[in-house]
Amino acid sequence: MSRNLLIRLGSTMVTLFGVAFIVFILVRVVPGNPIAMMLPPGASDADIALLTAHYGLDKPILTQFWIWLGRALQGDFGMSISLRQDVMSLIFGRLPATLELATLALVIAMALGGALAITAARFRGTAVETGIDLANGASLAMPDFLWGLTFILLFGVLIPVFAISGRVSPSLDLPFVTGFYLIESILRLRVDIFLDLMRHMLMPALALALPLAAVIAQLLKTSLKEAMQQDYVMLARTKGFSETRVLISEALRNAVIPTLTLAGVQFTFLIGGTVIVERLFSYEGLGNMAIDAVINRDLPLIQGIVLVFALIFVVINLIVDLSYALLNPRLRHG
Amino acid sequence: MAEARVIRVKAGPRLWLSGLWLTFFALAAIFAPLIVPHDPLAQDLMLGKLPPAWVAGHEPGYLLGTDSLGRDVLSRLISAARPALFVAIGAGLAACILGSVLGLIAGFFGGWTDRVISRIVDIWMAFPPVLLSILLVAFLNPSLQSVIIAIAIIDWTRFCRVVRAETMQQRRMDYVESARAMGLSSIATLAREVLPNVLPAIIVLLSLEMGIAVIVEAILSYVNLSVSTDQATWGSMIAEGRGIIYQAWWVLVFPMIALFLTVLAFSQFGEGLKERFDPVLR
Repeated sequence: MSRNLLIRLGSTMVTLFGVAFIVFILVRVVPGNPIAMMLPPGASDADIALLTAHYGLDKPILTQFWIWLGRALQGDFGMSISLRQDVMSLIFGRLPATLELATLALVIAMALGGALAITAARFRGTAVETGIDLANGASLAMPDFLWGLTFILLFGVLIPVFAISGRVSPSLDLPFVTGFYLIESILRLRVDIFLDLMRHMLMPALALALPLAAVIAQLLKTSLKEAMQQDYVMLARTKGFSETRVLISEALRNAVIPTLTLAGVQFTFLIGGTVIVERLFSYEGLGNMAIDAVINRDLPLIQGIVLVFALIFVVINLIVDLSYALLNPRLRHG
Repeated sequence: MAEARVIRVKAGPRLWLSGLWLTFFALAAIFAPLIVPHDPLAQDLMLGKLPPAWVAGHEPGYLLGTDSLGRDVLSRLISAARPALFVAIGAGLAACILGSVLGLIAGFFGGWTDRVISRIVDIWMAFPPVLLSILLVAFLNPSLQSVIIAIAIIDWTRFCRVVRAETMQQRRMDYVESARAMGLSSIATLAREVLPNVLPAIIVLLSLEMGIAVIVEAILSYVNLSVSTDQATWGSMIAEGRGIIYQAWWVLVFPMIALFLTVLAFSQFGEGLKERFDPVLR
């Protein structure tokens, strides 16, 4: 187990290193001098030389990579060109908004997907199952981008119950010390702020959650139906447990493992989806900032954001792999 | 033999309906300049934000209304099928060829070749796809070619992973052994023996990928990183419609429907083909 863990950690490191290298090269091959873009117009030659040396740009490209990597590991991604602020603090300013949105979407997807799977498995072979299958197919066919637009039309314009842009009403006075507004509003029991946040976050979260919910529902339903054929379920039935109780207390525990693995991989797709969904809802998260950074050709900011996203992706995959090994008894002593 | 079996099975409604829409979509794209009722770029501020023909206040001749610059929505909708089709075919094929070739090589030769290719796939999967496509297009300068290159660079991994797994399975079959025993070179065995058996999986993926390409193009033109403004796209129409959503819902709704039906048709066509090809599923 610990040997596997080390191998897995090592391969994660290699992946991250590869990502860092590609991002570095990608940004270097872009036409244009990054130093000229960092300095205000009319900077003297001496200033340019100074900054070039500071970023190590006068050295060979491989040396440059090591210098950049060393700084990046210490959290120094340089200054944003368009916003004239430290890239790392910009990213940390926006990261909580994106993490809260993605987590809310994940919770919705698991609750919805799980409930649909259990219902479909409980009423397997009936019209209920067929209906749930159809709904799953429909929500899978539609990407998060279109779900977002549909919600904007339905619940933003036609029946205006939700806000269609932003994260929180600007008129609200936020007494918060961190960027995790949703969590702080719960901890501080500020129901008014919590409801306002939900009014903004529910639609983008739902747009992100629906495709994932459909995947979870489909997969969990299949494994539940398989588990219901197993001997231990038969045994529980002969003990006189009700069908619903057997399903939830016996079958679910065993069926949930393969679903969890897939849900983890799909969660990375969900996080990737935040980029465009945040844009759609003018939500002040990392993804929205990334698009602005690209439009403004803000190279240091782009580098930082892509690396942070890649780090999140890699960490999720690692957690999924490890929890799979922990949960699956057959792999535990592997 | 595999081909004969495919032809014998009659196509279900899923294939027919999605095939019908895709044909309609392709014809609209090809003949767009001939069938548009108005010039899709012609502006007339006197005719701005006209509603569709069944809503009060409409003007005759503008079936789906006009946008804020007075451009005909129906004409723009048809004209936007062109870049969508172009990207679907271009990006779909490019990603398909790149990923399938690498997948065949990795799956057939195994060993360090497989390890290197699989590692690259792992690294690739660590990039957020939408962000990477935006990044690539911005650096390559926004154009349809850049959109196609970006999608191919990002999505080849989808083909590579599946084709690699399929090829590994095929490699263990007797017919591959006998082909090699007959003295066929590795390349010839791959092309003549393995590829035809992996092809159904590739075709299914290609159909799905074309749908993904259409969506990605729409997303990129939504953030104004696709073709220039002198070509209508569904994404740019959606972006405009999002801005004037309270005044003119039709500018947003019609391109959304076109985009949805096209994406749905591609994915259903792929699913339909999968059912046809897979004897176990059938």
